[in-house]
Amino acid sequence: MARIDARWKVTLAALALAPLAACGAPKADGNATAQSSYAAAFGGPFALTAPDGKTVSNETLKGKPYAIFFGFTRCPDVCPTTLARMARLRQQLGADGNKFAIVFVSVDPEHDKPADIGRYVTLFGTPVIGLTGDKAHLAQAVKAFGVYYEKVPQPGGDYTIDHTASVTLMDRDGGFVTTIDHAESDANALAKIKRIIS
Amino acid sequence: MKLLPRAILAATLSLAIAAPLVAHGVSKGAITISHPWARETAPGQSAGGGFLTITNKGKIVDKLVGGSTPVARQLQIHTMSMDGGIMRMRQLTDGLAIPAGGTVELKPGSYHVMFIGLTQPLKAGTRVPATLEFQHAGKVQVEFAVQPVTASPAMEHHHGAH
Repeated sequence: MARIDARWKVTLAALALAPLAACGAPKADGNATAQSSYAAAFGGPFALTAPDGKTVSNETLKGKPYAIFFGFTRCPDVCPTTLARMARLRQQLGADGNKFAIVFVSVDPEHDKPADIGRYVTLFGTPVIGLTGDKAHLAQAVKAFGVYYEKVPQPGGDYTIDHTASVTLMDRDGGFVTTIDHAESDANALAKIKRIIS
Repeated sequence: MKLLPRAILAATLSLAIAAPLVAHGVSKGAITISHPWARETAPGQSAGGGFLTITNKGKIVDKLVGGSTPVARQLQIHTMSMDGGIMRMRQLTDGLAIPAGGTVELKPGSYHVMFIGLTQPLKAGTRVPATLEFQHAGKVQVEFAVQPVTASPAMEHHHGAH
């Protein structure tokens, strides 16, 4: 399982880092060294803005494991589906459900202002930390989580955003643990969340 | 415990929504549309998604080319694909073909109707009127039943080994 996760993330990392020459993305050859150096490549420093205007960073999130997902509020399908699933899994954990935080980062700061994101996350009926940031802060955050996104112009002057559809799970020290693929079963996803809160 | 009312609200909404989830549909010509539904949106959210199943009982291919709704500036038909873990959503500017004698599902993880430029939030428990336009069947009036995001059906999992 860990090997699959590593390969998966490296694929994403390669995509995300493709424009940077000689980025030195770690190779996933499945051995323990590669695994740990790979994990160390994620979860770097980041600082984003919460709906109340306060800064939420890798430092402020320390102390509690969290599940982080990148999307945008105009995303009609994958984003609400993913966040609704995280809310559902939290509910299934009962009292343990509050042992991890759910974090949503909008990669559409042009459209999604912090207050918009605050209203959006209330849809899910469970506390979700809604964040965004300017281009530079987002660049730092997507790098920290090995996430890809790209603004794509659409007919009529509008745009959409392609983005990574998996959830990244981090431990209470801000270390990378694993990812949840959007197509993974609830049972698998739940087992992974149990790993970060145990 | 300021979070508690939110949880209660969500639970209440979920209960309120369970009732209206009966099949509803409409037919025009060879086209039958069943269970159009949309996801609830937050105040100020400018876009939302809608889903439905379209069956073409005719002998020629028809095409869903677009539509309109009083609650949004535009109604577009979109496709969504997953490509190496990246979600890509695109407008189907040439429309969505409904094969002769075939059924096409617009569902989470696949095609969807996109309400762009919402003029009001889509509230769970309400119905959103819309006109869908087909190349042959012409205009078909439908009502999207708005469901809370937390009640959305789980995504279909058509995946092999991960």
